[in-house]
Amino acid sequence: MQPASSVADKSEGMSEEHVLKFIARSYNQGHHRFAVTLASWTFLLLIAGALVTSNDAGLSVPDWPTSFGSWYKIPKLVGGVQFEHIHRMIAQVAGLLTLILAIWTWRVEKRRWLRILALAAVGTVIAQGILGGLTVLLYLPPAISSAHAALAQTFFCIAVVIALFTGRQWIEEQPRIEFDTRRPALFTLTLLSIFVLYVQLMLGAIFRHHGMSWWPHVVNAVVVSFVLTWTAIRALSLYARIEAVRRPAMLMLSLLIAQLCLGFAAFLTRVAWGKDAAQPELPMVVSTVAHVAVGALLLATAVVLAIQVWRHVPVAFEERLPQAHQDPSAA
Amino acid sequence: MKKTCLAMMTVSLLFAISLLTACNKKENTEQSTNTTSEQQAAPAGAATPIDPATAAKVSGTVKFDGTAPKPAKIDMSQDPGCKGPNEAEAVVVDGGNLANVFVYVKDGLGSRTFDVPHDAVVLDQSGCKYHPHVLGVMAGQTVEIKNDDPTTHNIHPTPKDNREWNESQPPQAAPLQKNFAREEILLPVKCNQHPWMKMYINVVKNPFFAVTDKSGKYEIKGLPPGDYTIAFVHEKLGEQDQKVTVAAKDTKTVDQTFKAGGM
Repeated sequence: MQPASSVADKSEGMSEEHVLKFIARSYNQGHHRFAVTLASWTFLLLIAGALVTSNDAGLSVPDWPTSFGSWYKIPKLVGGVQFEHIHRMIAQVAGLLTLILAIWTWRVEKRRWLRILALAAVGTVIAQGILGGLTVLLYLPPAISSAHAALAQTFFCIAVVIALFTGRQWIEEQPRIEFDTRRPALFTLTLLSIFVLYVQLMLGAIFRHHGMSWWPHVVNAVVVSFVLTWTAIRALSLYARIEAVRRPAMLMLSLLIAQLCLGFAAFLTRVAWGKDAAQPELPMVVSTVAHVAVGALLLATAVVLAIQVWRHVPVAFEERLPQAHQDPSAA
Repeated sequence: MKKTCLAMMTVSLLFAISLLTACNKKENTEQSTNTTSEQQAAPAGAATPIDPATAAKVSGTVKFDGTAPKPAKIDMSQDPGCKGPNEAEAVVVDGGNLANVFVYVKDGLGSRTFDVPHDAVVLDQSGCKYHPHVLGVMAGQTVEIKNDDPTTHNIHPTPKDNREWNESQPPQAAPLQKNFAREEILLPVKCNQHPWMKMYINVVKNPFFAVTDKSGKYEIKGLPPGDYTIAFVHEKLGEQDQKVTVAAKDTKTVDQTFKAGGM
């Protein structure tokens, strides 16, 4: 399978019927559906992990990689054990799915960079498993627990983009390209959005794992809101005609609003009302888990938007003109 | 505009780095505290003898001034093996008397050293609660941890100056024998399987300590004559100190009051 532009190059001299057949062969429905399954399963895993943290159940199974000394026996799923052990089981399946996807990708995929990305997913899921184990064995040190939380969302983004790259639309569409002449370019803004979201993810994770106070996360939320709104408005006001850009931009804006509401709810239930609670209470658990889940969706949407902008709204060629002048052969 | 983007990225990154540095500094400080405590925990010499004929006694009542907060309800429905009173024990007030206050001689014993008792102190898990909720123990003294519940618990102390550990204990398992090497007040212990299960162990280097009962009363016996600072420590209300002088065979009453606003 190859991007549409590459497909178009190869199809020079081929009849329209041949081109269609070539495209039909390039899109592998089973492979794509499997990638979508992995991304969905990873989202479920994120929720399971967030439930562990919100229920303060991270150390309810005190050993790793075994659970209560066993590799396979399922312990009685009560109290904190139900959250921690179910999280471990979902994670094991995610690891297996990632491995299968990597092997499948390696076998059917022609795009070398996508094969490497699938391998990187395996590396990430292994690193994530080790971080999860270390966080248990070292009694939840904030640095490692926060890294575990951040890498979880990184892995989710990798799974989402693999699903995107293997999708029919990505493979078959002829990108509608509009050069971006404004500065900062929309692509720069999307990268900035990912950056501030990632900083926000880390600040939130460190606070959640008792490494720092809540206020840096709240202060940075203002920066995130500003940058994401700027990016989404730019995309929607200038490139709404391009569906591949409009849809993630709309989604990003909607998720941002939902995330701010959930953040406020999480603040109330955890910081304002829940600090003297005898145990994690349901409103706190629901709001904080939803905040983590929507945060992950927001990050993945920003990544998808950046990729679509890179594809459909490239930075204008004039940017490279001075270099072209220096090297006449480049023309 | 490109400069604006770069500036925002730089500010955001510097902000995160400075916060992480601050965290590391805090960790370093804690590590150095640990080192100091380890030095303090160096083996002491032979115990200084106390003449029982001159030993004094300090006792009293700890009161709570104000309206006592309503005990928080605990939801034990996550585990059918948990049955029993479902009220938190953070602030237990009965008729104005405050329970679960750890009272100990904080200062005044000089360089005296004391033998570590051979008898173990029992910490029981029953009804998915710790009994007692506040425990006093000498550094090095054995704490015997029992599980009388039909469900598995995990015992997880989260100390600042002692070694952290986390062990599970199934129903009817043999008691765990543990001790804490260094002095530490309000050392939290929790069960990650039942997040409402919390208690505090107070590790001290002398045997002059007590925990107030439901009537707020405490008693410290066998104190040699001298000038002392008695500390009253509560998990939510903090610490209050009192100076007291006891003569030989003295019996002193030292009462203390915590105000509701201290929470």
